[in-house]
Parts: sequence; C-alpha cells; structure tokens
Amino acid sequence: MKTNFLKIDHMKNMGNYKKIMIGLFLSLGFTACSDDEKIPEPIHEEELITTMEIVLSPQDFGEVVTLSYRDLDGDGPGEPIIENGVLMANATYFGEIILLNETVEPAEDISLEIEEEGADHQFFFHNDFGAETSYKDQDENANPIGLLFELKTNTPGTGSFQVILRHEPDKTAPGVKEGNIENAGGTTDISVNFEVEVQ
Amino acid sequence: MHLKFFGLFFCVGLIGFGQDCPHRFTGKITDFHDSSPLAGATIILVDSGKSTLSDLDGNFLIDSLCEGTYRLQVSHPECLPRTISIKIQGDTYKEVMLEHHVEELHSVVIEGKAFGNTLESSAEIHLSEEDLVRHSDGSLGDALQEVTGVPSLNTGNAIAKPMIHGLFGSRVLIMNHGTRMEGQEWGEEHAPGIDINSAGSVSVIKGAAALQYGGDAVGGIVKIEPPRIAKKDSLYGRAILTGATNGRGGGLTAGLTKSYEKGGYASVQGTLKRFGDFEAPDYMLNNTGFSEQAFSARLGVDKYLYGFETYYSYFQNEIGILAASHLGGIEDQIRALKSDKPLIIRDFGYDIEAPKQETQHHLAKLKFFKRFQNLGKLSVQYDLQINKRLEFDRRRNSEENNRPSIDLTLKTHHARADWEYKNNDIEAKFGLSGQYQTNHTDPHTQVKRLIPDYTQLAFGVYSLASLQIQENILLEGGIRYDFSHFDAYKYYATSLWEDKAYDEEFADFYIQTIGSQVLTNPKFTFHGMSAVMSLRYNVGDNWQLMGNYSLVSRFPNPSELFSEGLHHSAARIEVGDLRFDKETANKFSITINKESENFGFSISPYLNSISDFIFLKPIGIRQSIRGSFQVWEYHQTEAILLGIDLDGRLNLSDHLSFHHRFSFIKGKNQQTNEALINIPPVSTVNTFVYENPNIANLSLELESNYVFRQNEYPDMRFPVFLPVSQSTEIVDLSTPPAAYHLMAFRAGIDLAKTENYQFRLGFSVENLFDKTYRDYLNRQRYYADNLGRNIKLRLNINF
Repeated sequence: MKTNFLKIDHMKNMGNYKKIMIGLFLSLGFTACSDDEKIPEPIHEEELITTMEIVLSPQDFGEVVTLSYRDLDGDGPGEPIIENGVLMANATYFGEIILLNETVEPAEDISLEIEEEGADHQFFFHNDFGAETSYKDQDENANPIGLLFELKTNTPGTGSFQVILRHEPDKTAPGVKEGNIENAGGTTDISVNFEVEVQ
Repeated sequence: MHLKFFGLFFCVGLIGFGQDCPHRFTGKITDFHDSSPLAGATIILVDSGKSTLSDLDGNFLIDSLCEGTYRLQVSHPECLPRTISIKIQGDTYKEVMLEHHVEELHSVVIEGKAFGNTLESSAEIHLSEEDLVRHSDGSLGDALQEVTGVPSLNTGNAIAKPMIHGLFGSRVLIMNHGTRMEGQEWGEEHAPGIDINSAGSVSVIKGAAALQYGGDAVGGIVKIEPPRIAKKDSLYGRAILTGATNGRGGGLTAGLTKSYEKGGYASVQGTLKRFGDFEAPDYMLNNTGFSEQAFSARLGVDKYLYGFETYYSYFQNEIGILAASHLGGIEDQIRALKSDKPLIIRDFGYDIEAPKQETQHHLAKLKFFKRFQNLGKLSVQYDLQINKRLEFDRRRNSEENNRPSIDLTLKTHHARADWEYKNNDIEAKFGLSGQYQTNHTDPHTQVKRLIPDYTQLAFGVYSLASLQIQENILLEGGIRYDFSHFDAYKYYATSLWEDKAYDEEFADFYIQTIGSQVLTNPKFTFHGMSAVMSLRYNVGDNWQLMGNYSLVSRFPNPSELFSEGLHHSAARIEVGDLRFDKETANKFSITINKESENFGFSISPYLNSISDFIFLKPIGIRQSIRGSFQVWEYHQTEAILLGIDLDGRLNLSDHLSFHHRFSFIKGKNQQTNEALINIPPVSTVNTFVYENPNIANLSLELESNYVFRQNEYPDMRFPVFLPVSQSTEIVDLSTPPAAYHLMAFRAGIDLAKTENYQFRLGFSVENLFDKTYRDYLNRQRYYADNLGRNIKLRLNINF
C-alpha cells in the first residue's frame, strides 16, 4: 500500500480540522506501510527432538547395537526412519540415550538439557521379549532419569522395545522410581517403538 | 390524488377564512419502549398552523380541523422528532410513539432503527439491561446465551465464542462500536476481546442483514453499541461490584459521563475482573482462573447537522487453561479420557500458569458525520485495531514456560464512508470501505508459526434500500461486492509442501529452501457478491410476519488456508489447504411474531444452505517421535443447516410472568450424509419471573435450563495401538455427553432509589443443585466436568 493520494499545494485552503485529519491519516498510513514486504525470518524449533539414538554396549564382549529413530520434519507428513537391532540372548547391555535436534546446524544435543532438567523428566522402558531394564542415573533428588540404563536379555525371541519420555512425572508415586509408568502422570515428550530380535 | 390535494388546499383556504371545520384530532404520545405517556411533547399540524403540548398523561387535543391529510410533527426534548402524515376524517384519534432518548440514563433497549444501522425487517434481538448487568463479571459469549439460538463454543469457562444458528468464528461478525472486530477470530479458543461493560446495548442479528459491515456473516452478526448520551447538561455514572463463590473472585466496573445540552459529551469507563480456580461439583478445576482489565473513553459532539466522535478502548486478559487438558499425544489423550476425573487435581489457587493465553486489544476510532439538506447524511470513519495474542505452553525446560509458543500481532486499519438518505417512503444507504491488515509473528517463540505473516487488502462497496410499499408492508433489499487480496510469507515443512503437491501447483509461490523448510509467498485474490432481500408485513392485531433471504460469500481465513502442524490446545495436527475457494451461503428465514399485553411469542424457522463449507475432518494417525497424533485436514463440502427458534411470554398476573425459549438445529454434510460436528443440541429454557415495582422494584426469577443430548454427530472414533499394553484402544472424541438440567435462582431489589441515584442489590445462584454435567460445546468436556454451584452477590449503583 503506497500512499500518494495527496496534493500538498491545496493544503493552504483547508481548515485546520482537515489538516489535522489528513495528517493523522497520513501518519497512520505510513506506519502501516513501514513494515511492509519484510520477509519473516525462519524459525528453528529449539524444542524439537528429531532424533533418538540408543547405544547398547554389551558388558562383556560382542558388538555395540544402536537403535535409532529420526524424524526430521517433526509433525510433518514425512515418515520417520527407524533402525532396529539384534541383541544377544542372556547378555547385559549398558544403554545410553542420545537426543538430538538435527534441524539446526550443528545438531543440538537435547540429552544434556534433559540431564539438567532431570527432576522434571523420566524415561520408561517396556519390552515384550522378556528383557529387564534398570536405571543407572539419578536426578538431584536421587530419583532415576533413564538417560543411562541397563538392559538384561533373556532367552531368544523377537518383540517390541518401547521408550517413553514423560515430562513432569510424579516420581514419588508408587512404582514410578522402579520404572512402572502406570502412576507416573505428566505429559508424553517422546514415545517410540523399536522392533528387536534377541538371538 | 389531484382531488385530495385540491381538497387539502380548499380546506386550508377555508381555515384562512375562518370557516367552520368541526373535527377534533385527539391522541396520545407514548414512549416507544414501555408505552409510558410522554408529557410536554410538542404536536404541530404543519398544514393547519396549529400546535399544542401533550398533558401529563401524554394526551393532546387539536380542534376545529377540516377533513384532509396533514403532516403531523411531534417532538419532545428527550426524543427523536417524528413527522408522519395523518388523515383527519371526522373526529380522529392517533397514538404516536416516540423513540425516547435516555432520559432514564441507562435505558439499554433501543431498536436498531434508531441508530440507522440495521434493516428493520431483519430480526434483531437485544439483550436486556438486566442481562448485561447480570453478566457484568462474565464474558460477551456468556451474556449472548440469553438469546435463543445463540449458545457459545467454550474452552473451559472463561473462553466463550458466540455461536449463531450453529456457526461461529469467522462466520459470526462482531461489530464493536461500529467497527468490525479483527482479533484472530478463527481460532476455536479465541474469544472476542470485548468488555461487555463498555456496551450500551448488545444485539444479535441471526442473518446477514447488516451488509454495510461485511458480506461474510454466514452465521450472523453480534452488535455492541455504545450507551446513548442525552443532549442535556448532566453528569452521571454507574458502578457494578460483583462477588462470586465459584472462582472466589469478582468484578468491578465503573463509568462516568458528562453531557451538554449543545451536544458535546465525554465518557470514560473501566473494568477489573479477577478469578482463581473454578470448581466442578466434585473437584477443583486447576489453572482455570483469569484476570481481565479494560478501559474505554469517548469524546464527541452530536449536533443534528453534524457531529464527530473519537473512541478508544483497551482490553487485556490472561486466561489459564485447565492444567489437566495439557497433553502430549494420543496416549496421553487415552489416559485423560479413561479417567473420570481430571488427571491433575490440586488445591485452590489464584495463580495462572502455562498453559495459558494473554490477549490485548486496542481499538481507536474517529468518526465524523454531516447532514445535507434534502441529500441525506454522510458519515466518514477511520479505525485502527491492534490485537496481540500470546499463548503459553508447558515447555520441556520449565524455565522457558514464560516464553510464549504463539506470539501474534494483528494490525487492522479500516476506513469507511457511508451515505444515508431518507424520506417518507424510502430509505437508502450507500457506502464503501477499505481495510489494510498485517499479521506479524514474533520468531522468539522458537515454535513453528501456526498463522503466517501476511498482509491483506480488502475493499467493499454496498447499497441498501428500504421501501414502505404500504403502511404495513416494508420491503428491503441490498447488494454488496467484496474484494480481498492476501499476500503471505509462509514457511512450509518441505515434506508437506511436496506431500500436498504444492510444489507442482503453486511453484510460483516458491522462494527458497532453508534446511528442511521451504519459504513461500502465497498470494490470493478473492471476489465475492452478497445480497439480502426481506419483507416485513404487519398483519394487524399485533401480528407480524417477516421473511428474509440472504446470499453471503466468505473468503477462507488464514487458518483454513495455511494451518500446518500441531495445535497444542487440541493435541492434534491441523492442515489447511491453499486450494480453497470462497464459501457461499444461501439463508432463508421466516419469523412470525405476536405481541400483546398478556401474551407474546415468536417462531423463527430457518434454512442455511452452504456450498464449499470449510470444516475440519480427521484423516488418520501420524507417527512422530512424540508418539501418535491424529491429523485433521480442512475440507470443503456442501452443508445444510436447518433449525427453529421459539420464544414465548405469558403474563400470569400483574406481577408474575412465564418465559419460554426453545432452540432446535440440525446440521448435515450433504456429501457424506453425516451430521456436522459441534452443532448445538436441542435446548429449552423456562423461567418464572416475579416483578413488583411497588416492593422496591423486587424481581425474583426461577430458571430451568434443559439441554438434550446431541444424538446427531459425526462418528470419529478411531483405534490406536498401544505398545505398552500391547492392545488396541478406541479413542472416542466424538460421542456427546448426556443431557443435563440446570436450575438457577436470581433476585434483585432496590436498596435505595431517588431521582438522583439508585442502589440495587442482586443475588443469584447458578447451578442451584450443584449438578455434575458436561457440555457438548465445551472443548474441555473430555477432561473435566463443568462448573458447580455458583453464588453471586452484586451491587449496582446508578447516579
């Protein structure tokens, strides 16, 4: 909206009232046009978690297994890329969760933030291939967070391994410290499912 | 005709010669509103040169008149003057009603005609002053529920969007002090930023009649008019103080007006409201408190020949959103749905935390009018609105909770010119308006923009005419053309841009790729025609018949065009469509009205057929790292809405009356033959009112409000697999809650009343029996019950 609807030379003949009115309209017109045609800057979603990597290192010997979930467009229609894994039977794995925001350059490590805000977060694990998980880290109140954990496999089989991150859970509710999500409450920040084979 | 004229001249001639004309013309001058007699009115029979004043009972007498047609001029110091033609045939009696200006300072019910804004034949329903005072501590949407067929779509109890005949948001036009409200009205949880206490009158037009304001009122129009200020030297004001048990808070509003006989006036008004957590019968609704502050000022001159007004209003509020309604994804939703009480219940508190919203609305207006003899009245207006909206979510890092997730600033410049012409039989209006709007989103949110930055240029031109065909038939018609140009800058996720094949169809909009986003510059131009036609027929014996037809075009709003992503408050992904065309509605309505002293009723059936109706529908589940989310896409369809509103009044005795309201509506998607979502269920309100002016203006009211279950709704249940329990759960967000019946008791009494001041005490109990219920039109019905009993005490001072 470009303003050029005035012929200034007629101003002399106008009453004060009209001059004021026109002045007012003009100033408003200019303020209106001043922020025109400005291209808004892109927003990099700071809170976005695009990637979860779970690095499982066997306690004794064997290969390190990495499970990963990547969804670079967040809530967009793009399908996530999921890497599943094969674990050894009757083995103990040391697990570490890495969370990344890969939409920014360089990628941001969100796991550090979760660790800092540990009291407000807790991971929960669930599987149906008979493995057991236990927490290996603590927040400032000596409650578990779950960025570090231990996974003990049992007999061979296949199944799903689900990892849930709850924001503002009630860590004092019955069973929550032991990893039972039933009474945890809070809101879900992450909920991801991997297919795992134990052999 | 010639003969008549001749006869008239002849008579006048005869009077001049002092001939004997024997006829007596008697009558009575009464107030239009309550039929009370008006004393001291001047009655002039122009062609006879005779005049008189009305006596204390409003009666007058002019004698020695000849037969013939005369022009009768009636004026009164506090009324709009009227000129009508009168036929003297033998002794003649005529009752003349005058539009009474506010001699009583707070007279609120003023017919639209007096403002010259509304077509007469469209059914315009005013809220009573009582209703406005009673809702002084509530919202506009709450107050409007007093009108049959106007429920509200709620988010909790503090956010209420008015709904007219099943439609809301962009389909309901809200006119505030002559300015169209522009405040991100498309959002389901965005209530209009208006302080109800700034209103002199609030009315609803259930149709598109006020074409001068816009051609897109598919549902209808809500009009908020300023209080009228009498032309006399006076200083007056009012204050209302309300306290409520539910929410443990209250409201205070006060206003002061100075007026001058010469037409000048100045008026200021302000409101404060503060509430803490509200309560359902069985538990606390945590984080539902709100605070609101509003201020307005008017300054102007109102001469008959010219006048101007400056108006400024500021409104701000902060509203907490029910803590338990904050959800991650479907899994959280299932947990919330399965629980019969909210997942978060704490002690009462006044704190308002995230999730919450904060809005600010500025409105500044300049208006000038001038009357030209024999040509009519010209009005010119400029107004500026600045609407700021902040929404806060709970963030992963709680220290960041005070950083908003949505930060929008909507600026609207609007200018208009209207010309009005009136003579005895015809009334015409013509006008044009232009609007320039910018929406700016602040990137400091670090959250993807829900509504993009855009500029919109709009232009409209209209013409309206009303014609008195016969004394009892009024025909009105109008036509309007609208133009709108959108120019937006929008970042799309590259995946969505390609998924919707925008990269092929809208390649022109593409600017550049930045990471996983595409910067685009969508530009759209829309043209729309709208028209109204209506007829009012006074059948006689207080029967009235009105018929209305309107054709309306509404352009898609930014939300419908550009939405893309997670809508936190609904825990779902919403996707708009750039391909949308305008929505066109054909609405037919009939009103049959009967008013007599002891009995009155009105029946209004209507039919609204809408092509390219834009609505949200669920299309599936999307997996993300945060779990599963339901995806809702905007679609267009053919829709039809059919309904009837009934109002009735029966005076049982001098003091006791019975009032009945009934509203029924059906909405259908004609392409799928499914019911439309969010259609108000059938409801009926029945009230006994006892009023006795002899006992200190005592009024007692017992109200029953029965809302039936909505049995017609789209079935949107969907299955979700939950890995934790290895089970599939049905998520049911569509089945409506049960019917409910609420009772309310209200009372009012004058503590003191003199000519100079009035102290009135009000007492009310809403939800008298503390009934547990959920309402289909409350978006939080999945998570919590509605409010329990609420006892309010109110002191109203007029001086």
